[in-house]
Amino acid sequence: MIQIKQIAAAVMVTAIAVVMASAVMTASGATMSVQVKDAPVRATPSFVGKVMGALAYGDQVEIQQTQGAWSKIAGAGVSGWMHTSALSSKKIVLAAGQEQAKVAASGDELALAGKGFNSDVEAQFKSAHKDIDFTWINRMEKIKIPSSEMQVFLKDGDVTPKEGGAK
Amino acid sequence: MSTLYRYAILSLCVLALASLPACKTMDTLSEVGAGVAVATGVATPQQGESIKKAGSAVGKTFEAITPEQEYYIGRTVGAVVLNQYKPLNNEAANNYLNVLGQTLAQFSDKPETFGGYHFLIMETEDVNAFSAPGGLIFISRGMIRCCQNEDALAAVLAHEIGHVELQHGLQAISKSRMTSALTILATESAKSLGGQELAQLTEAFEGSITDITSTMMNNGYSRGFERQADRAAVTILQRSGYDPNGLTTMLTQMKKQLSHGDGRKPGGHDFAKTHPSPDSRIEDIVKWVGPVKPVVSPVVRQARFQAAAGKI
Repeated sequence: MIQIKQIAAAVMVTAIAVVMASAVMTASGATMSVQVKDAPVRATPSFVGKVMGALAYGDQVEIQQTQGAWSKIAGAGVSGWMHTSALSSKKIVLAAGQEQAKVAASGDELALAGKGFNSDVEAQFKSAHKDIDFTWINRMEKIKIPSSEMQVFLKDGDVTPKEGGAK
Repeated sequence: MSTLYRYAILSLCVLALASLPACKTMDTLSEVGAGVAVATGVATPQQGESIKKAGSAVGKTFEAITPEQEYYIGRTVGAVVLNQYKPLNNEAANNYLNVLGQTLAQFSDKPETFGGYHFLIMETEDVNAFSAPGGLIFISRGMIRCCQNEDALAAVLAHEIGHVELQHGLQAISKSRMTSALTILATESAKSLGGQELAQLTEAFEGSITDITSTMMNNGYSRGFERQADRAAVTILQRSGYDPNGLTTMLTQMKKQLSHGDGRKPGGHDFAKTHPSPDSRIEDIVKWVGPVKPVVSPVVRQARFQAAAGKI
Protein backbone atom coordinates (compact mmCIF):
# COMPACT_ATOMS: atom_id res chain seq x y z
CA MET A 1 0.00 0.00 0.00
CA ILE A 2 2.69 2.49 1.06
CA GLN A 3 4.81 1.38 -1.88
CA ILE A 4 2.05 2.12 -4.36
CA LYS A 5 1.51 5.49 -2.73
CA GLN A 6 5.23 6.27 -3.09
CA ILE A 7 5.29 5.18 -6.73
CA ALA A 8 2.24 7.31 -7.48
CA ALA A 9 3.80 10.31 -5.76
CA ALA A 10 7.10 9.79 -7.61
CA VAL A 11 5.35 9.57 -10.98
CA MET A 12 3.34 12.68 -10.16
CA VAL A 13 6.47 14.64 -9.17
CA THR A 14 8.25 13.52 -12.35
CA ALA A 15 5.26 14.55 -14.47
CA ILE A 16 5.16 17.99 -12.90
CA ALA A 17 8.93 18.35 -13.30
CA VAL A 18 8.73 17.47 -17.01
CA VAL A 19 5.92 19.97 -17.59
CA MET A 20 7.79 22.69 -15.69
CA ALA A 21 11.09 21.97 -17.41
CA SER A 22 9.54 22.36 -20.85
CA ALA A 23 7.97 25.66 -19.79
CA VAL A 24 11.29 26.98 -18.48
CA MET A 25 13.14 25.88 -21.60
CA THR A 26 10.97 28.05 -23.83
CA ALA A 27 11.10 30.90 -21.34
CA SER A 28 14.81 31.52 -21.03
CA GLY A 29 18.00 30.72 -22.86
CA ALA A 30 16.07 30.51 -26.12
CA THR A 31 16.97 32.51 -29.20
CA MET A 32 14.15 34.50 -30.77
CA SER A 33 13.84 36.84 -33.76
CA VAL A 34 12.28 40.28 -34.02
CA GLN A 35 9.18 39.78 -36.20
CA VAL A 36 8.16 43.44 -36.63
CA LYS A 37 9.75 46.29 -38.64
CA ASP A 38 11.19 47.89 -35.52
CA ALA A 39 10.57 47.44 -31.82
CA PRO A 40 11.71 49.35 -28.74
CA VAL A 41 13.92 47.81 -26.07
CA ARG A 42 13.11 49.18 -22.62
CA ALA A 43 14.92 49.50 -19.29
CA THR A 44 12.03 47.90 -17.36
CA PRO A 45 9.31 45.38 -18.31
CA SER A 46 6.72 48.07 -18.82
CA PHE A 47 5.34 50.43 -21.42
CA VAL A 48 6.53 53.29 -19.22
CA GLY A 49 10.08 51.89 -19.15
CA LYS A 50 12.75 54.10 -20.65
CA VAL A 51 13.57 53.21 -24.29
CA MET A 52 17.19 51.97 -24.45
CA GLY A 53 17.24 51.35 -28.19
CA ALA A 54 15.36 49.61 -30.95
CA LEU A 55 15.80 46.36 -32.83
CA ALA A 56 14.90 45.67 -36.46
CA TYR A 57 13.11 42.89 -38.35
CA GLY A 58 15.13 39.69 -38.30
CA ASP A 59 17.46 40.71 -35.44
CA GLN A 60 18.18 37.78 -33.16
CA VAL A 61 18.08 38.01 -29.41
CA GLU A 62 18.70 35.70 -26.50
CA ILE A 63 15.94 35.46 -23.92
CA GLN A 64 17.38 35.81 -20.43
CA GLN A 65 14.23 36.08 -18.38
CA THR A 66 10.49 36.50 -18.84
CA GLN A 67 7.95 38.37 -16.78
CA GLY A 68 4.35 38.16 -17.95
CA ALA A 69 4.32 39.16 -21.61
CA TRP A 70 7.74 40.82 -21.35
CA SER A 71 11.09 39.21 -22.16
CA LYS A 72 14.50 40.36 -21.00
CA ILE A 73 16.67 40.11 -24.07
CA ALA A 74 20.27 40.61 -25.16
CA GLY A 75 21.43 40.80 -28.73
CA ALA A 76 22.38 43.06 -31.63
CA GLY A 77 24.27 45.32 -29.21
CA VAL A 78 21.30 46.09 -26.96
CA SER A 79 19.91 44.56 -23.82
CA GLY A 80 16.67 45.25 -22.01
CA TRP A 81 12.99 44.33 -22.07
CA MET A 82 10.84 43.70 -25.12
CA HIS A 83 7.15 42.88 -25.37
CA THR A 84 6.74 39.28 -26.53
CA SER A 85 4.42 40.31 -29.38
CA ALA A 86 7.51 41.67 -31.15
CA LEU A 87 9.27 38.29 -31.03
CA SER A 88 9.02 35.00 -32.90
CA SER A 89 10.55 31.67 -31.95
CA LYS A 90 11.30 31.12 -35.64
CA LYS A 91 14.62 32.24 -37.09
CA ILE A 92 13.80 34.91 -39.63
CA VAL A 93 16.01 34.88 -42.72
CA LEU A 94 16.02 38.20 -44.53
CA ALA A 95 17.67 37.35 -47.85
CA ALA A 96 16.38 33.93 -48.73
CA GLY A 97 18.09 31.92 -51.44
CA GLN A 98 17.24 28.50 -52.85
CA GLU A 99 19.24 26.62 -50.22
CA GLN A 100 17.56 28.42 -47.33
CA ALA A 101 14.18 27.82 -48.93
CA LYS A 102 14.98 24.13 -48.88
CA VAL A 103 15.90 24.23 -45.19
CA ALA A 104 12.82 26.31 -44.39
CA ALA A 105 10.67 23.81 -46.21
CA SER A 106 11.78 21.02 -43.90
CA GLY A 107 10.66 22.48 -40.62
CA ASP A 108 8.83 25.09 -38.62
CA GLU A 109 11.92 26.74 -37.14
CA LEU A 110 12.70 29.04 -40.05
CA ALA A 111 10.68 31.85 -41.63
CA LEU A 112 11.70 33.61 -44.80
CA ALA A 113 11.24 37.36 -44.85
CA GLY A 114 9.66 38.81 -47.95
CA LYS A 115 7.95 35.55 -48.79
CA GLY A 116 4.39 35.19 -50.04
CA PHE A 117 2.18 38.26 -49.76
CA ASN A 118 4.86 40.91 -50.25
CA SER A 119 5.67 44.12 -52.11
CA ASP A 120 5.76 42.19 -55.44
CA VAL A 121 2.20 40.95 -54.88
CA GLU A 122 1.12 44.45 -53.82
CA ALA A 123 2.67 45.84 -57.03
CA GLN A 124 0.78 43.24 -59.10
CA PHE A 125 -2.44 44.16 -57.31
CA LYS A 126 -1.83 47.87 -57.94
CA SER A 127 -1.23 47.36 -61.65
CA ALA A 128 -4.53 45.47 -61.92
CA HIS A 129 -6.47 48.03 -59.81
CA LYS A 130 -5.24 51.46 -60.79
CA ASP A 131 -8.23 53.09 -59.07
CA ILE A 132 -7.04 51.93 -55.63
CA ASP A 133 -4.78 54.62 -54.25
CA PHE A 134 -2.15 53.90 -51.57
CA THR A 135 -1.08 57.54 -51.01
CA TRP A 136 -2.95 57.91 -47.71
CA ILE A 137 -1.90 54.46 -46.51
CA ASN A 138 1.75 55.51 -46.92
CA ARG A 139 0.99 58.83 -45.24
CA MET A 140 -0.73 57.09 -42.29
CA GLU A 141 2.24 54.79 -41.74
CA LYS A 142 4.53 57.76 -41.29
CA ILE A 143 2.62 58.95 -38.22
CA LYS A 144 4.59 57.45 -35.35
CA ILE A 145 4.07 58.88 -31.89
CA PRO A 146 7.21 58.69 -29.71
CA SER A 147 6.86 56.91 -26.39
CA SER A 148 7.79 60.09 -24.52
CA GLU A 149 4.90 61.99 -26.16
CA MET A 150 2.46 59.24 -25.11
CA GLN A 151 3.55 59.58 -21.48
CA VAL A 152 3.05 63.34 -21.59
CA PHE A 153 -0.37 62.86 -23.24
CA LEU A 154 -1.51 60.52 -20.44
CA LYS A 155 -0.18 62.80 -17.73
CA ASP A 156 -1.65 65.98 -19.24
CA GLY A 157 -5.05 64.33 -19.60
CA ASP A 158 -4.97 63.09 -16.01
CA VAL A 159 -5.05 59.47 -17.21
CA THR A 160 -3.36 57.10 -14.77
CA PRO A 161 -2.39 53.70 -16.19
CA LYS A 162 -2.39 50.63 -14.03
CA GLU A 163 1.08 49.48 -12.99
CA GLY A 164 3.08 47.96 -15.83
CA GLY A 165 0.90 48.89 -18.77
CA ALA A 166 0.62 46.14 -21.38
CA LYS A 167 0.53 42.69 -19.87
CA MET B 1 -6.11 1.29 -3.36
CA SER B 2 -8.10 1.89 -6.52
CA THR B 3 -7.83 5.65 -5.89
CA LEU B 4 -4.07 5.33 -5.78
CA TYR B 5 -4.06 3.43 -9.03
CA ARG B 6 -6.10 6.19 -10.55
CA TYR B 7 -3.51 8.71 -9.34
CA ALA B 8 -0.74 6.68 -10.92
CA ILE B 9 -2.60 6.37 -14.23
CA LEU B 10 -3.49 10.06 -14.20
CA SER B 11 0.15 10.96 -13.59
CA LEU B 12 1.26 8.79 -16.47
CA CYS B 13 -1.31 10.49 -18.67
CA VAL B 14 0.12 13.88 -17.73
CA LEU B 15 3.56 12.56 -18.71
CA ALA B 16 2.28 11.28 -22.01
CA LEU B 17 0.52 14.57 -22.78
CA ALA B 18 3.65 16.56 -21.97
CA SER B 19 5.60 14.74 -24.65
CA LEU B 20 2.85 14.55 -27.28
CA PRO B 21 3.80 16.49 -30.40
CA ALA B 22 1.07 18.75 -31.70
CA CYS B 23 -0.49 18.59 -35.18
CA LYS B 24 1.37 15.44 -36.10
CA THR B 25 -1.34 13.95 -38.29
CA MET B 26 -1.14 16.66 -40.93
CA ASP B 27 2.67 16.47 -41.04
CA THR B 28 2.60 12.71 -41.46
CA LEU B 29 0.04 12.86 -44.24
CA SER B 30 2.00 15.38 -46.25
CA GLU B 31 5.24 13.44 -45.64
CA VAL B 32 3.59 10.39 -47.20
CA GLY B 33 2.23 12.43 -50.11
CA ALA B 34 5.55 14.13 -50.72
CA GLY B 35 7.39 10.83 -50.47
CA VAL B 36 5.15 9.25 -53.09
CA ALA B 37 5.51 12.26 -55.39
CA VAL B 38 9.32 12.13 -55.15
CA ALA B 39 9.49 8.34 -55.54
CA THR B 40 7.29 8.38 -58.63
CA GLY B 41 9.26 11.23 -60.17
CA VAL B 42 6.35 13.68 -60.01
CA ALA B 43 8.36 16.04 -57.79
CA THR B 44 12.08 16.68 -57.28
CA PRO B 45 13.36 16.03 -53.72
CA GLN B 46 13.42 19.77 -53.17
CA GLN B 47 9.82 20.20 -54.29
CA GLY B 48 9.00 17.24 -52.08
CA GLU B 49 10.34 19.17 -49.10
CA SER B 50 8.14 22.09 -50.09
CA ILE B 51 5.04 19.94 -50.33
CA LYS B 52 5.68 18.68 -46.81
CA LYS B 53 5.96 22.23 -45.59
CA ALA B 54 2.82 23.18 -47.51
CA GLY B 55 0.90 20.40 -45.79
CA SER B 56 1.85 21.52 -42.31
CA ALA B 57 1.21 25.18 -43.18
CA VAL B 58 -2.29 24.40 -44.43
CA GLY B 59 -2.95 22.55 -41.19
CA LYS B 60 -2.41 25.78 -39.30
CA THR B 61 -4.80 27.99 -41.33
CA PHE B 62 -4.66 31.74 -40.74
CA GLU B 63 -2.05 31.41 -38.01
CA ALA B 64 0.50 30.51 -40.69
CA ILE B 65 0.24 34.05 -42.10
CA THR B 66 3.38 35.85 -40.86
CA PRO B 67 3.11 39.37 -39.36
CA GLU B 68 4.86 40.67 -42.51
CA GLN B 69 2.23 39.08 -44.79
CA GLU B 70 -0.54 40.31 -42.50
CA TYR B 71 0.93 43.79 -42.91
CA TYR B 72 0.71 43.62 -46.72
CA ILE B 73 -2.88 42.31 -46.54
CA GLY B 74 -3.73 45.19 -44.17
CA ARG B 75 -2.25 47.87 -46.43
CA THR B 76 -4.42 46.79 -49.35
CA VAL B 77 -7.54 46.34 -47.18
CA GLY B 78 -6.95 49.92 -45.97
CA ALA B 79 -6.54 51.22 -49.53
CA VAL B 80 -9.85 49.55 -50.49
CA VAL B 81 -11.59 51.17 -47.49
CA LEU B 82 -10.23 54.56 -48.60
CA ASN B 83 -11.44 53.91 -52.13
CA GLN B 84 -14.94 54.00 -50.68
CA TYR B 85 -14.47 56.61 -47.95
CA LYS B 86 -12.49 59.79 -48.51
CA PRO B 87 -9.88 60.57 -45.82
CA LEU B 88 -10.40 63.71 -43.76
CA ASN B 89 -7.46 65.98 -44.55
CA ASN B 90 -7.17 67.52 -41.08
CA GLU B 91 -3.67 67.11 -39.72
CA ALA B 92 -4.41 68.28 -36.17
CA ALA B 93 -7.42 65.97 -35.74
CA ASN B 94 -5.63 62.98 -37.28
CA ASN B 95 -2.59 63.61 -35.10
CA TYR B 96 -4.75 63.73 -31.94
CA LEU B 97 -6.39 60.45 -33.02
CA ASN B 98 -2.96 58.85 -33.47
CA VAL B 99 -1.63 60.03 -30.12
CA LEU B 100 -4.71 58.60 -28.40
CA GLY B 101 -4.88 55.42 -30.51
CA GLN B 102 -1.19 54.53 -30.49
CA THR B 103 -1.09 55.10 -26.73
CA LEU B 104 -4.06 52.76 -26.22
CA ALA B 105 -2.47 50.11 -28.45
CA GLN B 106 0.46 49.96 -26.01
CA PHE B 107 -1.96 48.56 -23.43
CA SER B 108 -3.34 45.80 -25.65
CA ASP B 109 -2.15 42.21 -25.60
CA LYS B 110 -0.44 42.91 -28.91
CA PRO B 111 1.29 46.29 -28.63
CA GLU B 112 3.75 45.40 -31.40
CA THR B 113 2.61 44.60 -34.93
CA PHE B 114 4.79 44.49 -38.06
CA GLY B 115 4.05 48.05 -39.17
CA GLY B 116 2.50 49.40 -35.98
CA TYR B 117 -0.92 50.98 -35.31
CA HIS B 118 -1.98 54.01 -37.35
CA PHE B 119 -5.29 55.89 -37.35
CA LEU B 120 -7.17 58.03 -39.88
CA ILE B 121 -10.51 59.88 -39.93
CA MET B 122 -12.89 59.19 -42.86
CA GLU B 123 -14.83 62.18 -44.13
CA THR B 124 -18.35 60.79 -43.90
CA GLU B 125 -21.39 61.23 -41.69
CA ASP B 126 -21.88 57.45 -41.64
CA VAL B 127 -21.34 56.02 -38.18
CA ASN B 128 -18.52 53.61 -38.94
CA ALA B 129 -15.11 52.31 -37.94
CA PHE B 130 -12.89 49.72 -39.62
CA SER B 131 -9.65 48.02 -38.73
CA ALA B 132 -7.41 46.42 -41.33
CA PRO B 133 -5.17 43.49 -40.32
CA GLY B 134 -1.90 44.63 -38.78
CA GLY B 135 -3.23 47.85 -37.27
CA LEU B 136 -4.48 50.40 -39.83
CA ILE B 137 -7.63 51.81 -38.22
CA PHE B 138 -10.25 54.08 -39.83
CA ILE B 139 -12.95 55.99 -37.99
CA SER B 140 -15.67 58.13 -39.55
CA ARG B 141 -16.44 61.71 -38.66
CA GLY B 142 -19.99 60.51 -37.89
CA MET B 143 -18.59 58.06 -35.35
CA ILE B 144 -16.44 60.74 -33.68
CA ARG B 145 -19.56 62.90 -33.40
CA CYS B 146 -21.19 60.06 -31.43
CA CYS B 147 -18.43 60.43 -28.81
CA GLN B 148 -19.06 63.00 -26.12
CA ASN B 149 -15.69 62.71 -24.42
CA GLU B 150 -12.19 61.31 -24.82
CA ASP B 151 -13.09 58.17 -22.87
CA ALA B 152 -15.83 57.36 -25.41
CA LEU B 153 -13.50 57.95 -28.35
CA ALA B 154 -10.86 55.84 -26.59
CA ALA B 155 -13.47 53.06 -26.31
CA VAL B 156 -14.17 53.10 -30.07
CA LEU B 157 -10.45 52.94 -30.88
CA ALA B 158 -9.85 50.24 -28.26
CA HIS B 159 -12.65 48.11 -29.82
CA GLU B 160 -10.94 48.36 -33.22
CA ILE B 161 -7.54 47.59 -31.66
CA GLY B 162 -9.27 44.50 -30.23
CA HIS B 163 -10.21 43.31 -33.74
CA VAL B 164 -6.57 43.76 -34.82
CA GLU B 165 -5.14 42.02 -31.75
CA LEU B 166 -7.51 39.05 -32.21
CA GLN B 167 -6.86 38.88 -35.98
CA HIS B 168 -10.56 38.92 -36.83
CA GLY B 169 -9.83 40.31 -40.32
CA LEU B 170 -7.60 37.38 -41.26
CA GLN B 171 -10.24 34.97 -39.99
CA ALA B 172 -12.72 36.40 -42.50
CA ILE B 173 -10.67 34.88 -45.33
CA SER B 174 -12.55 31.83 -46.59
CA LYS B 175 -11.08 28.44 -45.69
CA SER B 176 -10.64 27.33 -49.30
CA ARG B 177 -8.94 30.60 -50.23
CA MET B 178 -6.62 30.26 -47.23
CA THR B 179 -5.78 26.70 -48.20
CA SER B 180 -4.83 27.58 -51.77
CA ALA B 181 -2.93 30.72 -50.67
CA LEU B 182 -0.97 28.84 -48.02
CA THR B 183 -0.14 26.04 -50.42
CA ILE B 184 1.49 28.51 -52.81
CA LEU B 185 3.01 30.49 -49.93
CA ALA B 186 4.63 27.42 -48.48
CA THR B 187 5.95 26.06 -51.74
CA GLU B 188 9.01 28.17 -52.37
CA SER B 189 10.74 31.38 -51.42
CA ALA B 190 9.46 34.59 -53.00
CA LYS B 191 12.64 34.86 -55.00
CA SER B 192 11.95 31.69 -56.92
CA LEU B 193 8.29 32.41 -57.68
CA GLY B 194 7.72 32.18 -61.41
CA GLY B 195 5.28 34.40 -63.31
CA GLN B 196 2.48 31.88 -63.03
CA GLU B 197 3.00 31.36 -59.29
CA LEU B 198 3.07 35.11 -58.73
CA ALA B 199 -0.18 35.40 -60.70
CA GLN B 200 -1.78 32.64 -58.60
CA LEU B 201 -0.54 34.25 -55.41
CA THR B 202 -1.91 37.64 -56.50
CA GLU B 203 -5.26 36.00 -57.25
CA ALA B 204 -5.33 34.46 -53.75
CA PHE B 205 -4.31 37.86 -52.36
CA GLU B 206 -7.13 39.68 -54.21
CA GLY B 207 -9.62 37.08 -53.02
CA SER B 208 -8.44 37.45 -49.42
CA ILE B 209 -8.84 41.24 -49.63
CA THR B 210 -12.40 40.83 -50.96
CA ASP B 211 -13.28 38.35 -48.19
CA ILE B 212 -12.04 40.76 -45.52
CA THR B 213 -13.52 43.99 -46.91
CA SER B 214 -16.92 42.47 -47.68
CA THR B 215 -17.11 41.01 -44.16
CA MET B 216 -15.99 44.27 -42.55
CA MET B 217 -17.98 46.69 -44.68
CA ASN B 218 -21.09 44.74 -45.71
CA ASN B 219 -21.84 41.69 -43.59
CA GLY B 220 -20.12 42.42 -40.29
CA TYR B 221 -18.24 40.07 -38.00
CA SER B 222 -20.03 37.45 -35.93
CA ARG B 223 -21.69 38.39 -32.63
CA GLY B 224 -18.92 36.40 -30.93
CA PHE B 225 -16.13 38.41 -32.57
CA GLU B 226 -17.83 41.70 -31.63
CA ARG B 227 -18.15 40.53 -28.04
CA GLN B 228 -14.46 39.57 -28.00
CA ALA B 229 -13.49 43.00 -29.36
CA ASP B 230 -15.64 44.70 -26.69
CA ARG B 231 -13.97 42.56 -24.02
CA ALA B 232 -10.52 43.50 -25.34
CA ALA B 233 -11.58 47.16 -25.39
CA VAL B 234 -12.63 47.03 -21.73
CA THR B 235 -9.25 45.49 -20.83
CA ILE B 236 -7.32 48.16 -22.77
CA LEU B 237 -9.38 50.97 -21.17
CA GLN B 238 -8.88 49.58 -17.67
CA ARG B 239 -5.12 49.09 -18.11
CA SER B 240 -4.59 52.53 -19.63
CA GLY B 241 -6.63 54.36 -17.01
CA TYR B 242 -9.65 55.37 -19.13
CA ASP B 243 -13.17 54.76 -17.87
CA PRO B 244 -14.61 51.56 -19.45
CA ASN B 245 -17.98 53.33 -19.24
CA GLY B 246 -16.69 55.26 -22.25
CA LEU B 247 -17.88 52.26 -24.26
CA THR B 248 -21.40 52.25 -22.80
CA THR B 249 -21.62 56.05 -23.14
CA MET B 250 -20.73 55.78 -26.82
CA LEU B 251 -23.18 52.91 -27.40
CA THR B 252 -26.01 54.80 -25.68
CA GLN B 253 -25.33 57.85 -27.83
CA MET B 254 -25.14 55.72 -30.95
CA LYS B 255 -28.48 54.13 -30.12
CA LYS B 256 -30.06 57.60 -29.91
CA GLN B 257 -28.41 58.69 -33.15
CA LEU B 258 -29.48 55.55 -34.99
CA SER B 259 -33.09 55.81 -33.83
CA HIS B 260 -33.27 59.44 -35.00
CA GLY B 261 -31.80 58.67 -38.42
CA ASP B 262 -34.27 58.65 -41.27
CA GLY B 263 -32.93 55.35 -42.55
CA ARG B 264 -33.00 56.58 -46.12
CA LYS B 265 -29.68 58.36 -46.00
CA PRO B 266 -27.28 56.23 -48.08
CA GLY B 267 -25.15 54.13 -45.79
CA GLY B 268 -26.66 55.86 -42.79
CA HIS B 269 -27.26 52.59 -41.04
CA ASP B 270 -24.07 50.78 -42.01
CA PHE B 271 -22.83 50.41 -38.48
CA ALA B 272 -26.19 49.14 -37.30
CA LYS B 273 -26.13 46.60 -40.11
CA THR B 274 -22.64 45.31 -39.32
CA HIS B 275 -22.81 45.41 -35.52
CA PRO B 276 -25.03 43.85 -32.86
CA SER B 277 -27.57 46.20 -31.29
CA PRO B 278 -26.12 48.70 -28.79
CA ASP B 279 -28.45 47.29 -26.10
CA SER B 280 -27.13 43.75 -26.36
CA ARG B 281 -23.55 45.03 -26.27
CA ILE B 282 -24.24 47.18 -23.20
CA GLU B 283 -25.76 44.12 -21.52
CA ASP B 284 -22.46 42.25 -21.91
CA ILE B 285 -20.31 45.18 -20.82
CA VAL B 286 -22.34 45.57 -17.62
CA LYS B 287 -21.47 41.95 -16.77
CA TRP B 288 -17.76 42.84 -16.95
CA VAL B 289 -17.60 46.30 -15.38
CA GLY B 290 -20.78 46.66 -13.34
CA PRO B 291 -23.78 48.97 -13.80
CA VAL B 292 -23.56 51.77 -16.37
CA LYS B 293 -22.26 55.00 -14.86
CA PRO B 294 -21.81 58.31 -16.65
CA VAL B 295 -18.20 59.18 -17.51
CA VAL B 296 -16.79 62.04 -15.49
CA SER B 297 -13.94 63.40 -17.57
CA PRO B 298 -11.42 65.72 -15.87
CA VAL B 299 -11.64 69.31 -17.15
CA VAL B 300 -8.23 69.20 -18.87
CA ARG B 301 -9.12 66.02 -20.73
CA GLN B 302 -12.50 67.35 -21.85
CA ALA B 303 -10.93 70.61 -23.00
CA ARG B 304 -8.38 68.95 -25.25
CA PHE B 305 -11.01 66.57 -26.63
CA GLN B 306 -13.25 69.49 -27.54
CA ALA B 307 -10.35 71.37 -29.10
CA ALA B 308 -9.24 68.43 -31.25
CA ALA B 309 -12.44 66.58 -32.10
CA GLY B 310 -15.22 69.04 -31.25
CA LYS B 311 -15.09 70.95 -34.52
CA ILE B 312 -14.41 68.29 -37.14
